Amino acid sequence: MMNHLKVKEGKMLEVQFVGDDDVLNHILDKEEGAKFRKDRTQLLVNVKKLMKKQENDLNEDDQEDLKDENYVDILGGDTQESLKNGRVAGSSSKVYSFQTRKNPEKMAELAHELAKTPGKSTSLISKENAEKMANTPQSSKKQSTSDKDQLKSDEKNEFLSTPYRLRKRLTVSTLPSDTESEYSDSNSEDEKGVKQEEEEKINEVMDQKRVVKHKSSSSSCKKVSAKKMKKDTTTDLVEEYFEAHSSSKVLTSDRTLQKLKKTKLDQQTLHNLLSKFSPSFSAELKELNEQHEQLFHKWMLQLHLGFNIVLYGLGSKKELLEKFRASMLQDSIHVVINGFFPGITVKSILNSITEEILDHMGTFRSVLDQLDWIINKFKDDSSLELFLLIHNLDSQMLRGDKSQQILGQLSSLPKIYLIASIDHINAPLMWDHSKQSLYNWLWYETTTYKPYTEETSYENSLLVQQCGTIALSSLTHVFRSLTPNARGIFRLLIKYQLENEDNPSYIGLSFQDFYQQCREAFLVNSDLTLRAQLIEFRDHKLLRTKKGTDGVEYLLIPIDTGTLTDFLEKEEKES
Amino acid sequence: MATSSVSKGCFVFKPDFKRKKVSFPIADYFNEGESFSEDSKLRFDTCQLLWQQMKSEAEELQEELNKSLFDSLIEFLEKSHLEFRKKSTNWNYQIKCREIPTAALVLGVNVTDHDLTFKGLTEMLKDTVTPYVVSLQAKECPDVKHILQKLASQLMGCCIDMESTEEECVQSSQRKMHYSMAFLSTWYRSVTQKTGSESVNKKITSFSHWKESPPIVIILKDIESFSTKVLQDFIIISSQYLHELPIVLVFGIATSPIIIHRLLPQAVSSLCIELLQSLSCKEHLAKLLDKLLLTTQFPFKLNEKALQVLTNIFLYHDFSVQNFIKGLQLAILEHFYSQPLSILCCDLSEAKKRIHSLSEDQCESIRRLPSFMRYVEKQTPEKQVASLTDERFLKEETLRFLEELHSYHENFFLVLKCLHAFTSSLPKYPLGRQIRELYCACLEKNIWESQEYEPALQLLRMLAKDELMAILQKCLEVFKSPPGKQLGGTVEKLQEFLVQFQKLEEIESNEEENGSGSQQKGLQKTDLYHLQKSLLEMKELRSSNKKQTKFEVQRDRVVDFIDNLVRKYLSPPDTQTLYEVVYFTGAHVLREHLNAAPRIALHTALNNPYHYLKNQALKSEDDSIPNVAPDICIAYKLHLECSRLINLVDWSEAFATVVTAAEETDPNSTASEEIKEIIHARFIRAVSELELLGFIKPTKQKTDHVARLTWGGC
Repeated sequence: MMNHLKVKEGKMLEVQFVGDDDVLNHILDKEEGAKFRKDRTQLLVNVKKLMKKQENDLNEDDQEDLKDENYVDILGGDTQESLKNGRVAGSSSKVYSFQTRKNPEKMAELAHELAKTPGKSTSLISKENAEKMANTPQSSKKQSTSDKDQLKSDEKNEFLSTPYRLRKRLTVSTLPSDTESEYSDSNSEDEKGVKQEEEEKINEVMDQKRVVKHKSSSSSCKKVSAKKMKKDTTTDLVEEYFEAHSSSKVLTSDRTLQKLKKTKLDQQTLHNLLSKFSPSFSAELKELNEQHEQLFHKWMLQLHLGFNIVLYGLGSKKELLEKFRASMLQDSIHVVINGFFPGITVKSILNSITEEILDHMGTFRSVLDQLDWIINKFKDDSSLELFLLIHNLDSQMLRGDKSQQILGQLSSLPKIYLIASIDHINAPLMWDHSKQSLYNWLWYETTTYKPYTEETSYENSLLVQQCGTIALSSLTHVFRSLTPNARGIFRLLIKYQLENEDNPSYIGLSFQDFYQQCREAFLVNSDLTLRAQLIEFRDHKLLRTKKGTDGVEYLLIPIDTGTLTDFLEKEEKES
Repeated sequence: MATSSVSKGCFVFKPDFKRKKVSFPIADYFNEGESFSEDSKLRFDTCQLLWQQMKSEAEELQEELNKSLFDSLIEFLEKSHLEFRKKSTNWNYQIKCREIPTAALVLGVNVTDHDLTFKGLTEMLKDTVTPYVVSLQAKECPDVKHILQKLASQLMGCCIDMESTEEECVQSSQRKMHYSMAFLSTWYRSVTQKTGSESVNKKITSFSHWKESPPIVIILKDIESFSTKVLQDFIIISSQYLHELPIVLVFGIATSPIIIHRLLPQAVSSLCIELLQSLSCKEHLAKLLDKLLLTTQFPFKLNEKALQVLTNIFLYHDFSVQNFIKGLQLAILEHFYSQPLSILCCDLSEAKKRIHSLSEDQCESIRRLPSFMRYVEKQTPEKQVASLTDERFLKEETLRFLEELHSYHENFFLVLKCLHAFTSSLPKYPLGRQIRELYCACLEKNIWESQEYEPALQLLRMLAKDELMAILQKCLEVFKSPPGKQLGGTVEKLQEFLVQFQKLEEIESNEEENGSGSQQKGLQKTDLYHLQKSLLEMKELRSSNKKQTKFEVQRDRVVDFIDNLVRKYLSPPDTQTLYEVVYFTGAHVLREHLNAAPRIALHTALNNPYHYLKNQALKSEDDSIPNVAPDICIAYKLHLECSRLINLVDWSEAFATVVTAAEETDPNSTASEEIKEIIHARFIRAVSELELLGFIKPTKQKTDHVARLTWGGC
């Protein structure tokens, strides 16, 4: 069977288009339904892997793409297609033996993702190629692959004639059919092959139809269709929404970063790496920024006339506001507030106003009292003027209703001038009518395309390893402040945890065992003292306790093993 | 940077304490910091003056409109605690005593305007009725305790105002104590007794008959946001103390009065509600437009688009008159900021002076005005030369144009109002129901060329006599209202029409008698055939003899007269020379700054970077983006292809594909590993930026996945 398939694959290399009947006959010869099913999945898997493989060897791909182009130039579109398949098949032979199943949808999705990427090569031949493809009958098994490949080749050659929507639609419409067949596979475990064939036939016909439709519209009347699509946009949107949210299960590939050996970078290395990369279009960016800088005088004028200014648009606005501050606010009292700072609160903003600007040393019962006090102060003293610069007014910490209300009230004072920036797409939803009238915004679009370096540096970003260095340093700090006995206790726990590193079902050290160990090491004399020591760790978030199923308390250090080993090594070196 | 730190979020900067005239004159910012300040300062002052005038006019209007509402409220207050003051003990009162007098002010959905109304209300009440006015907002009162606390502190506060600051220290000690209604009632008794005995206070004397026991007015600004339980408890408690405290509640209602019953299904029985309706915001706007724009009092005008933008924001977003005024303020500011000739946008007498002192540059910019150029082209060659070269001639011309513009406006608004009087009552309102619609139409183009104008006239030709006379009367008032010498003869003409109609009436009444006689003839018994026949005959008779009744003739004359007026005076402003001086044309500016669309801007920036970065490499047709686009755009584009969850690995690989393709680096080189690293770092940055922008968020549903937060295009 295997051999046979390989042979078939080989055939495909030479003869691009196998007639349907041939294939069917071929399969019917084999006849056994179950076996056939296996083959089929295998093939699908195979194809998937091919695609994946392709992605993995990106550089290779690009190289080969270049070669392909040459071929294309010489041989024309059809051969390119076959060549590609051939190459892919060849490179896949290594992975062939693994037979993990992948989500079909994810596969298609990946293909689209790839498809979305316009390559550097340019060739119009692929257009012809595409048209030819549309007219040629294709083997049912090859269908899904070729379809995707086709898309892929389109894009690779910067052939983006299909309007985006259309393409999306096409992919959307093909997706279910793919998955369907895949599911039907798993469901119809006991069904006869004949049925499957029928199904397949139907699928195939549908697919072909779709392809033809797609091609014709893309090549000849794309403009018209694009217009038509626009009409459908609204319904499309709705459909898309429900499509995305209909099933609770979303099919995506199971690949994780760990398998890829792409470890999380920490903030510092990330920064270093990025500094090596210089963004393009610096001239245009500069021009864009200069346009914004011309507005400074206007902003000052409008601020003085009772408006407040909010900046929106893609790109970090910190630098722009910083420039504004440097050029316009040198002679006036102003407060810069980093909204993206994770520890920022309205209280701290008000505090810095009352303490540092109004030189008030007392405390306030509540934030509202404080606000009232400030308002009165500003009403009494008409010579007071204050500029507030808030970067990211829409940050996690400030977006709450109460915070916004207070800031709004603050900004509504005639002598407090607020200039703020927002970035989140839903930021305007923070403000209802009454808040908006408090703020009295004038909106300014300042798209800068500047990277949000500082804004994202605080954030617990997805791929940035945050805990590493910070946890280690905090660990050492806490550790040094402990008594020798407590250090011993903690070291015991660490060692125990490291010993059980490889045990997946390890849920922690039970309190009783721990107490026993500590007693044996002469570290504590009663479980009460041990508990007292543990409180210290818990307060520093160095320890977590959990009740097990048997009601016993388990102790766990919520820090990854790498950091712990580092820590132990360091400690042993020092002592 | 001085403003970034890992331990601090607020940075205070104080300039050196030299106090070297910190307050810049604002006008300095008016002209981009450039130095020909003489002109810009004047312009800025003009702008400020104009704005102040308009603002005070608007405030006056607001007060005027609120007056009737406030009057009825005061009347209600007077009624409410009559018995309490008389200390009457009759049985009827005992029953009523359980009911708190409540005024429900239905103020409409424009919540943002309410504050001003309440402010005015509080001031007015404090001046005329009672010093004890408390206004509460829902967000200050999460429970009854807070209500009482607020109540007490505000009441004590106004008490302090009156009794100087003698009890300051007592106050502060009281602050900490527990407030209750009982406490309040003892306080009230002591206060009223004190004032009763002393009655030295100047303020109190002005309260005349309120002196004895001024009511405590509690204003609940936004009744909808109060929680039912709190309100209910508060009402029940205070109704118990009603015989000691003359409490009056005022509810501010944004939706409809039914909300009271929905909010207070039980406590409503202990309220004695009186409904008071404020003027609807649409009428308010109409009045405002009438005062500020449809007048020659203020030289500044909006063009059609700008007015559309402002009214659209009003109608489709907030119904807020305050916001409309804010928009107007911005428009004025923008006009004076961007149009150098706006220096002439002032009173005619002032403009005369300014014209004489126009600089050469300014003259040049007058010559460059499109409307002026249009005018010059139509002139004889000698005049053309004169107006393009001779400065004095130009100044004379300018003055003449400004005067013309002024009189144009005078006539324009009169005729506009007149036309509105005619068309506002027509069925289906072909020319709009509100005057602002008509005004917009007139600003846009020749109104008589619009599609709706002809049908409107047709309808006018079918008006009944009494309607027509009422309208004529209205028009007459319009024309008479200003001390008008313009539109000579129009008033007389209108009067003449009226007189003629009146005469007609007399004649008609005679005719009617005759007519009734003829009608009786028609009432003979006939069969269907005859009836039809006679009807046909009558119809033929009417159409054939064409001789309308005198009334019809007269009516046509009126309509023709109006038509003539319209054609003569209602030409759009851009036909006037120098109209640019007073008309603000930057509708897009208003829209950008008042009604911005941050989401769209973000989407455009991500989807089509060429829109912002004018680099040919970024240019692309349809919706695709080139692979050299900024990282975040590429990451965004890729993520659009995913459904709810996105696998980070796949995403990063797709990203790397695109980016490496764009880089065109030699993959064979040894640095390739490092380049890979950099690309990965760029991907990380792009992803975390997208997270900051709110397109994705981390999810625990699956390892190394993020959830998409948007769908569709954006």
